[in-house]
Formats: sequence, C-alpha cells, structure tokens
Amino acid sequence: MKKFANKRWIAVMLLVVAFAATAVRCGFAQAAQRHPHGASTAATVPLMPRFRFENYTTANGLPANHVYAVLVDGDRIWAGTDNGLGLYEDGKWKTYSTKDGLAHRAVLSLALDKRTGDVWAGTMGGLSRVSGGRIVSYTQLNSGLSNDVVYGVSVEGENVWVATASGACRLNLHTGEWSLYNERNTPMREIWVYGVSATATKVYFAVWGSGLLEYDQKTGRWDLYDDPDGETELVLFKDQGLIHDIVSSVSYVDGIVWAATYFGDSRYDGRYWHNFLTKDSGLPSNFTNFVKGVDANHAWFCTDKGLAYYDGANWAVYTRSLSSHKPVMTVRDAKGNVTEIPVTSGPAHNYILGIDFQGSDIWVATAEGLSHGILQR
Amino acid sequence: MSRLRTSLGACLTALAAATLGCFPGSEIVHAAAADGTDEVLNYASPVELLFSPDGSRLYVLCQQSDEVRVLNATTYAPMKTIAVGHVPRGFSLSANGSRLFVANSWDDTVSVIDTQLLEVVATWPVRAEPSSVVEDRAGKYLFVADRISDDVAVLNAQTGAEVKRLLAGRGASYMTLAPDGSRLYVTHVYPNPGPHRTPPESEISVIDTARAEVVDRIPLHSIAGVFHVAISNDGRLGAAAELHPKNLVPLAHLEHGGAFADTLTLFGADVGKPVEIPLDELDRYAARPFGVAITPDKSRLYVTSGGSEIVTVIDVARLLRYIHTHRGPYAEDLSASANYVVTRIPTGRDPRGVALTQDGSRLLVANRLDDTVSVIDTRSNRVASTVALAGSKQLWALHFGDEMFAKIPDPSQGRTQCANCHLDERHRQGSKMDLTRPEQVSALRRGEQAFYTSRYSFQGQIGCANCHIDSTFDGLQWDLEPDGFARDIVDNRLLEDVKDTEPYKWNGGNPNLPTECGPRTEKYFWRSENYDDRTLADLTAYINSLPPRPNRWRMPDEAFTPAQERGKAIFERAVDKFGAPIPLANRCSYCHSGPKGTSQKSFDVGTKKPTDDSGMLDTPQLTNIALTAPYLHDGSARTLEEIWTIYNPGDKHGRTNDLIKDELNDLIEYLRTR
Repeated sequence: MKKFANKRWIAVMLLVVAFAATAVRCGFAQAAQRHPHGASTAATVPLMPRFRFENYTTANGLPANHVYAVLVDGDRIWAGTDNGLGLYEDGKWKTYSTKDGLAHRAVLSLALDKRTGDVWAGTMGGLSRVSGGRIVSYTQLNSGLSNDVVYGVSVEGENVWVATASGACRLNLHTGEWSLYNERNTPMREIWVYGVSATATKVYFAVWGSGLLEYDQKTGRWDLYDDPDGETELVLFKDQGLIHDIVSSVSYVDGIVWAATYFGDSRYDGRYWHNFLTKDSGLPSNFTNFVKGVDANHAWFCTDKGLAYYDGANWAVYTRSLSSHKPVMTVRDAKGNVTEIPVTSGPAHNYILGIDFQGSDIWVATAEGLSHGILQR
Repeated sequence: MSRLRTSLGACLTALAAATLGCFPGSEIVHAAAADGTDEVLNYASPVELLFSPDGSRLYVLCQQSDEVRVLNATTYAPMKTIAVGHVPRGFSLSANGSRLFVANSWDDTVSVIDTQLLEVVATWPVRAEPSSVVEDRAGKYLFVADRISDDVAVLNAQTGAEVKRLLAGRGASYMTLAPDGSRLYVTHVYPNPGPHRTPPESEISVIDTARAEVVDRIPLHSIAGVFHVAISNDGRLGAAAELHPKNLVPLAHLEHGGAFADTLTLFGADVGKPVEIPLDELDRYAARPFGVAITPDKSRLYVTSGGSEIVTVIDVARLLRYIHTHRGPYAEDLSASANYVVTRIPTGRDPRGVALTQDGSRLLVANRLDDTVSVIDTRSNRVASTVALAGSKQLWALHFGDEMFAKIPDPSQGRTQCANCHLDERHRQGSKMDLTRPEQVSALRRGEQAFYTSRYSFQGQIGCANCHIDSTFDGLQWDLEPDGFARDIVDNRLLEDVKDTEPYKWNGGNPNLPTECGPRTEKYFWRSENYDDRTLADLTAYINSLPPRPNRWRMPDEAFTPAQERGKAIFERAVDKFGAPIPLANRCSYCHSGPKGTSQKSFDVGTKKPTDDSGMLDTPQLTNIALTAPYLHDGSARTLEEIWTIYNPGDKHGRTNDLIKDELNDLIEYLRTR
C-alpha cells in the first residue's frame, strides 16, 4: 500500500510539510542543546560534536579490517568482521570463529538482547547467538531460518527478528517457533531484506527494492512504504514518501523511522516524511549503508563517503580527504553554510558500514578498520 | 558379590541386616519385600531434602505423591503434609526461610509455600518443565531451571511475573546458589547439541544473580548428564555430580568401567582449572552420581549414587592434594578414587538429594524408591537411623515383631511409633493404614526399582536409568555389540508411551519388551545373570506404564495454531504440490500412523549409512518428538529440520522436496504437537 497523497492534495501537503518542517526544525535546535553530541551552539558555526578517533585494525588485534557491524554492550565492544566476530574487552581483542560455533566467518549484523546480555550475530552462513561465551548457530538447514545470509537482526522481548536474503523471519525464544515473512504473506515485492529494527509496538524492515515494511505488533497488520514516484533514479516527489525503494537500513526510535537507501535517506514520524539528499542536506553521499537514530531528532548516517551526524538542523561530516587521506570534519548549518573544522583524526576509512554509541563516544565500522570516536569536550 | 544379591540366601541376609538397621548405629540393607500387588499405589518417592534455617524442620519433597512433607528435624515426626503441583522435582527456601518454592515439573508451575502457615499461598505458571527453583538473596529474582526449554526463567520473586529467560544447557534441571549469593550454578541432564559422533559436551552455566545474566559457562567435556552441584561454605570449592559415557567406542564389555565413568567435576579457587575426578573403583562403582554435599568445615564431600545405592564419602584435603600432585586426566582411572574416598555407605533404593545439618554431624539422604530417609552419622560414617515416610513398605515389612518395635510417643499424632522409623504402631499389626501409606510394594514399584538400580549389571556398574535418564533418554548414540562393532550406530530412544509400539530396536528385531529388556539387555548390557521371571515382568510392566509427559506445544483446547494446522495438512496429504499422487510409503501419515505415530512396521527411508547392515528401519513413535533430538536411527540429524533438509535427498523419507521453507516449518510445528 503506497503511503502518499493523491496528486490533488500535493499542493496542500507541500504547505503542510513546509510548516511542519519549520516547526520541527525549531524543536531540533532546542533538542540539540540537550544532546551530548550536540553540546551547544556558537555564534556562526554550530558547535557539533568533535571526536578524537582511535582506530583498530588487525595490527592491534581486530580479527579483520573489513568491519560490517559494531555493537556496544557497556564496556564491551563487538565487531562483526569478514573474518570472525571480535570482542574488545579489558583492552584486548578476542576472536570468535567458526571453530567456536559461529555460523560463518563473515559477520554482517549484530544485536544485543539487553535483558539477557546475549549477542545475536547475523552472518553470511546463518544466525548465531553468543551467550555467556557459548555460541548456538541457526541455519536454513538446521532450523526454520529462512536463509543463511543474514543482513540484519534485532531483538525485542522474546522475539528475535531477522532480515535475510530470502525474506524476514522471527524466532520466538519461548516456543522455538520460526515464522517466515515474504512475498506470500506480506506486501513485500522483493524478498532481499537488508535491515530490521524491532520495538514493542512496531517492527520495520529495510527491503532492497521493496521499500520499507512495517509490522504492527498489536494488530499483526503489515504495511508497505515505498517510493511514491516509482522512479529508481529520480526524486520527483521529495518528502511525499520514502526517498527510494532500495532501502539498506532502518532505525526506529522514539516513534520515528530513520531509513537509509542507496539514493538518499528518509525520516518518517508516522505522518510526515522528510528526505535527505546531498544536494539539500549535509549528507556526504546519497549512498547510505546504515542509519542509526539517537532519538526522534538526531541520527547518524553511514555512507560510502564518510560518516554524517544530523542534529535536527545542522550536519557534521567526518571523513578523509580522497587526495591527501587527511581527516576532515565539516559542519553544515541549517542555512547551508559549510565550514571545515580542523581535526587531527578521523574514521579509519570513508566507507562506513555501521555505528553504535558508548555514552558520548561512538564506535564506527568501516571497510578498513574499527574506529573509536572519543568525544572532545 | 553383587550378582548374588537376588538369591534367597542374600535376601535373608539382607532382611536380617535391614531389621537390625532399624536401630541406631547400624546400616540398612535392601530386603526382599513381601508379595507385591498389581495395584497402582501412591508412593511418596522423596527426591530432595531441606533443613529450615533454624534447623528445626526438615522439608521432604515427595515426587510421586506431589507433596512437601514437613518433619521435626530432631525426631523426624511428621508435622504437616502440603500438597503441591504435579511431579515436583526441586525446591528451595528463600534467604530468610519464610517462603519455600517448589518446582512442579509436569504442570509447569511453582508453588510458593508460606513456612509460617505451612500452606501454599501462591502458584505461579512457568514453562516448560520447571525442575528447580532458587531465589536470590535480595529477594528480587526467582530463578527457575526448565528442562524442556533448556533455559532458566527469571521471575519477579514477589509477583511471579516472568522477566526473561537465560540460555542454559540442554535439559536444565538443577541449581545451586553460591554461599555468598552472588552466583548461581546451573546443570543440565542432556548433552548440548553437537556434531555427530563427537564427545558429548555439557556445561555448568554460571549466572550473576544481581544482573541475572549468564556470565560464564564451565565446560564439561565428554559429559552427558549433570546433576547436583555443591559449593563449599568459603566458596572456593565446587563439585558437580555427573555421568561420563563411553558411547564413542563399542560397548563390548563392562570390565573396568566399559560403559560409563561416574565422576565429579571440581572447580573453584581451590582447584584452579576445572578437573574431572572418578568416584569408581575396581569392583566398587558409584553408578549414577546425583546429590552432593560438602561439610561446613570442608573436610568431607558426600555424593549419592542412585544406581549403586550408596553415599560415597570423600576426604577433601586428600582429594585436593591428589589433584594438585597428580597430572590428569583421571576420569577413567579406577585406581584414583582410593586416594580420596574414605568409604561408601549403603543407603536405600535410588538415593537422590542430600541435606547436611548445620553442624555437619548428620547427613540425610532421600531414598526415592524406598520412601525413606537415611540419617548418616558423619563421624562414624554409618546410617544411624532410617526414617520411613508414609508409603514405606520396606520398613513396614520389617516391623512384624514386637521386639523390633520400640514404642515412643508420637508428639504430632498422639500415637506410639517406632523409635527410629517413626511408623505408626498400627504398622506392626498389619492393619489398614492411611490411604497414603501403601502397605505393599506394587509390581510397578518393583519394576521401577529394577529400572533404577545397577545391581543387575556386572560389578553393579550400570542400570537402565544410566541411558534412560529419569526414564527418558540420554541424547547419545551407542555402538552395541549385537550388530557387530562399528556397525549399526544407534540413537537412544525415548521410553515414554512406549507401550504397544513393538517391535523394538531400530531394526525391529525384538518383538516385545520382555525380549528387549530380558535376554538382550542381560547379555549385551548387564553382562551378568538373568533377571528372574518376576523381576522381568515387573520391569516391563513399569516401562509399559510410563506415560507421556504433557506436550507443551499443544494448545490448551487441543486446537491447532494456523502453522500447526497447515503442517497437519502436509503430514496427511496424499498429493504433492504438483498434483502428483504420493505413494503410500512416501506419505508421513502412512508410516507414522495411529495415535502414537507408528505403523509398527519397518521401511527404508534412505538413511542407510555405509556402516549399517540394512536400511530397513523400525518406524519410531512420534511421542514428544520435539524433545528427543538428535534424530534418525543413528542420531545423524541434529534437528527435525535436518531430517529433510539434509537426509532426504531422494524423497524416501516422505515426499518433502516439493515443499518450500515455510511449509517445512509448518510441518515441524505440527510434529511438535505429537
């Protein structure tokens, strides 16, 4: 079901969205004052969070440099790499491999069961549960898992929600029952599910080529949000709906959907869409691998050209110069003014694949290492 | 010699000894009971014991009568009987002793008993098959080990509401709180899933009680079947009772512990890296270790052995000295235990849980299949007295002479009773007793006793319950002699609901249970003398009486979920998805027909291995099939899914290759309801 207005309402909607955007942005600016990453505002250049990046590679114990996903659990950092699952604890890296029971060496996604402390790892060869040092793996052959390529995983209550290359599925930890969701029982047109974000009320799936899929936990109803203009390379109706159908990641927090696609990003509050493109936002690239919302007004975007932070009005981008490889930080204010901020460190690589938060610090998964961004006050 | 125990002479000797056992300072020896009855009688079957914090009361958990019995801890006089849920398996007191929690394994509840009122004040639901229950010291969380769901449920200790579940080992069953309350040690009775024909792996799951999270797992290599854990008062020494099966080598003999080693795993600061130590000694085995206790001064460690019907007494200082001065592994070294075992004390039948008095002077042992409690004087290492619970035929049978019956007032009943056994005076007169006190040992009870004892095997090493833990299965595959060594590896099968599912064995070679349990078992397992006719009849009657445990996947109203309904249709279908008729022998419902899911015929389902003599295999019943992984005759399918995703390429094990993943999941959801 497409969530966009009839064309005769477009003009009205544009006015409404413009008004809402203005109101929301005001709220964002206020919120930025409260957020640890937002610090405060300066007279001309918004004061955006600055980090000192410490980078981890195989040289200092990381299992592999290509890091698909990162997960923070208190003082413990989990890194999903293309050659095992790394755990950074007490200053040392430990690697879990297939010899330890990991489903596959390439770990694509990570999720924490905050109730139990168990870590769920989506891999190229199945889904693994890491619990107290023991690994239990589920595959399409030994369990009800729909497909071994697990792009995304999210834990909510007693359910583990999984995004795979052949649809989505849910493992009920109480009953052991697997429920599969695909084109046969949902509005999903494609079954290449790249990401999932589950909460007690809604579960969202990022579907590559089929937009955003919503599952209402209370009613059991499915809804599909897709690109209203149906154009794969053009944006005809910006802010009329999801920016693009090729959705790579989704994050649902505080009732707000943050969606990343390979052609821009979107924010949806249940009524209004707001889309982000390089041409009218601070995004360094429209090609976004991963998005993680901090709250309703703040989010991080992991792109192929660097890491971006949005505080509801202003943008900060953390990247490296392609020519000199020197770290670069830029700030774009709400009016579009871009200022370069002198920095001495940056993420390990511009190709950013994931992010998680450790208090006011960030941990960033890149194609050439894992980066710990330590907030500079 | 153990093989002669069933002879008449031995019986008379035992009878005399048992009679003497009624007096302080002597031991109880098993005696032949009077003629049995075919009635189904309600025995107490004590499995666990607890002293109240002030030491004034003894709580006895009675599994078959679904009760907690409260006794005076000094006189053992009954104070009250409290009805709880069905098949209670574990219990524990809150830190201040004000509440007693009981895990009722077959009705999936926890009973909360107010120890002032001695009444059940709440019954909380918890799934599935709660087997033990422990409250943390803060009274915040109640931990419940669930045997079927392989986890520990964390409940709000005040309301019973479930907070979360923690992954434990397969068949999570027993828990012990560290003396400082910071850690909870959880064991499990079935090995964790692992690759086919590799040593079984088990664990002790360690839970941080404040965080209610699993923070460590102590690996138990080559172990399948872990029972109680004891922790010394200083928290530096832990010991877990366990079975060490030798299922990867042909079961060719029993000499030198050929089938099992009965061991403890020691852990903690006193030990360093966990170490497995044997309890067995040549010709003196400690079959099926279960209950463990360590004296407050850490001088002695006690282990019950249900099969050998003994308590093994270990000198802790010698034990620690031994493991620190000798390099392991020791598990199969039958000369090792002589270095630390002080003595072995005979008990009643199937001794289970133990409780030490606060001063460590007395060790009490629950003898499940005698309905008695052995009171052991820990200074003399002798059974000082044996407390008979209601339903104890054995001791009652011995009280036939006035000279044996020293009368004392029973303070709770106003009657006179045996000074040591506290049986009512009416016992000696043979008059009718309370209905809860069966006067006879029934055939089923005798059969159960035969099932759980190891006395029938060579040197008393193993019994039926070694492989059929709590009359179920063990999750292992064995290489048995009848088919030739390294031939026909077979997976152990569940015994529940086995009645009327003959023939037996995976090749269908045994036409009935007496054949299965008689000559075959005697020759290839016990390697000892035959059962007498009555014992074999009783044993098979007991096995035939085993009911299926409640199926946790069925809806309360016997309706099916949509997935189960779709799976049922697949199970019963006669036409595949392309409209082609499915031959009879390729339909699930043809071979797995009838209420128990077996046609009782043999089929070749395409799972023959190069080591198998034949591909024709008996159709196993489907009763509680969800619980009995691994699957197929040799256990090569680790899960139900693998039966069809890996081992059915030619559709010989049912037409399934036309199914998509969703439909296979539906089929499995239905099978779980069987």
